[in-house]
Amino acid sequence: MSEPLIFHFDVDGENFASAGQASTQVKKNLRQLGVPAATIRRVSIAMYEGEINMVIHANGGTADVIVNEDYIEIILADKGPGIPNIEQAMQEGFSTATDQIRSLGFGAGMGLPNMKRYTDTMEIDTMVGVGTTITMYVYL
Amino acid sequence: MASSTYEHSVRLDVNKCTGCTTCLRRCPTEAIRISDGHAIINEARCIDCGECIRVCQNQAKRAVVGRLEDMERFRYKIALPAPSLYGQFDNLDDVDYVLDGLLRIGFDDVFEVSKAAELVSAYTRQYLKTEGIRLPVISSACPVVVRLIALRFPSLNDNVMHMLPPMEVAATLARKRAKERHPELADEEIGVCFISPCPAKASYVKNGFADYQSSVDVVISMSDVYFALISKMSRESEVEMMTESGMVGIGWATSGGEATALFNDEYLAADGIENVINVLEQIENDNIPPVKFIELDACTAGCVGGVLTVQNPFIAKTRLQSLRRYLPVSKNFLSTEEQQYIPELYLFNELPEYEPMTLLSRNMAESMRMMADIQRLRNMLPGIDCGACGAPSCHALAEDIVKGNASLQDCKILEKQGG
Repeated sequence: MSEPLIFHFDVDGENFASAGQASTQVKKNLRQLGVPAATIRRVSIAMYEGEINMVIHANGGTADVIVNEDYIEIILADKGPGIPNIEQAMQEGFSTATDQIRSLGFGAGMGLPNMKRYTDTMEIDTMVGVGTTITMYVYL
Repeated sequence: MASSTYEHSVRLDVNKCTGCTTCLRRCPTEAIRISDGHAIINEARCIDCGECIRVCQNQAKRAVVGRLEDMERFRYKIALPAPSLYGQFDNLDDVDYVLDGLLRIGFDDVFEVSKAAELVSAYTRQYLKTEGIRLPVISSACPVVVRLIALRFPSLNDNVMHMLPPMEVAATLARKRAKERHPELADEEIGVCFISPCPAKASYVKNGFADYQSSVDVVISMSDVYFALISKMSRESEVEMMTESGMVGIGWATSGGEATALFNDEYLAADGIENVINVLEQIENDNIPPVKFIELDACTAGCVGGVLTVQNPFIAKTRLQSLRRYLPVSKNFLSTEEQQYIPELYLFNELPEYEPMTLLSRNMAESMRMMADIQRLRNMLPGIDCGACGAPSCHALAEDIVKGNASLQDCKILEKQGG
């Protein structure tokens, strides 16, 4: 077994235009590693949604993608407001995004549901006022 | 690997290359390195987009295409002008002058690619109604885009439309017409010559698709034909009315022309290689509005922006607008019967197989070890992407070192620091 590979990204909460860069880079890296195209697509969509969420709601955070030979782990951590009601947040179409964010085409309430749909497991660890850490696994 | 047998149309003249780093930085697939004072193109990565030809100050990069003289071996010579050709001429108020000019410079027949384009548009409208096709459908007309998808966006391969590009349909229809008009001609006596705005079309003709061979015999540069034409083209005398295409066909020369010809506003059209790559990334991320059709042109403004054209793409575009002004929307229609199915001659079966351009190793564990080394090296390098080592970026140098194609000593900054 080889050592897991870790890709670390700081997601800049100040710069909305840069959102989505980490998932683009991860996609490139996974392609170089020879991860199947369908899996790359799942990882990059889940990660893209998480990245956008961190920028919209939490003023940025960190994204770590840990590649093992048989699974990929994605950890998105922020020090944002936390999610008061996870069940509600997981409903398709539920969103607390502002009108300004919606005017940019985001805030459709599909972020968390898509992250769950495109990964094999997803755990949300959140505390109001402290932050949120989302851990997702995609098996190879 | 199949990539090594792919015959490219972008070549380097080593004697003219000064080893500057202009093309190095502009190549969208990082296919260029500088070594021994000159550029080297990695053929497996090159997509024939022509960016390096466009930016080279020393004319060291050139397109390898055929010449007008190559047509002399054929008894019956047919010209296939790409619609972008019409945008090259100043004060042209009728396409017929160009078509007549092509006969004057020695062609026996002219078959407008714009005519075939109108038929392809009509069949594309049918194609989009096919049940079970994967949306969005991505146009297969730009050969750079088709190769780019095969090399870099394998998950989108199934979205590529299996419709042949207008050039190819034009070639087949032109041959058929020649045989009907001149039954005495043998197949090998008929030569079909495409007048191309870009080197990628020449590559397409040389290599075909996976299982498909082109019916075009010779591809020549639009600029060569332009200079042959301007001295022979009549402007005053009346010329025969020949053109068989309308606004739709000519519209294919510019970005958005193919998409708007579908008479359906659910489309996305992007041009310029960087924009194209960005849009493909966004499609992969499921981050585009729900559209049915995607038109992608590697060149800015569409085919009028090809490196083998003479005129600035935006000036050519404006000229085409005035040429289109009094034309009917289309001159090529499908009968109700023809609308029932798409004939074989418009379709191809297989796309090129995915050749993982950037794959480090076929063994995943080995790839992971290599990438860990790349990360480690990347952190040692200065990160200013100066290009002095001959690689386009520090990251690219780190990759080259791990693949055994370069060494840390190639970094001029580290060397200066006594590293």
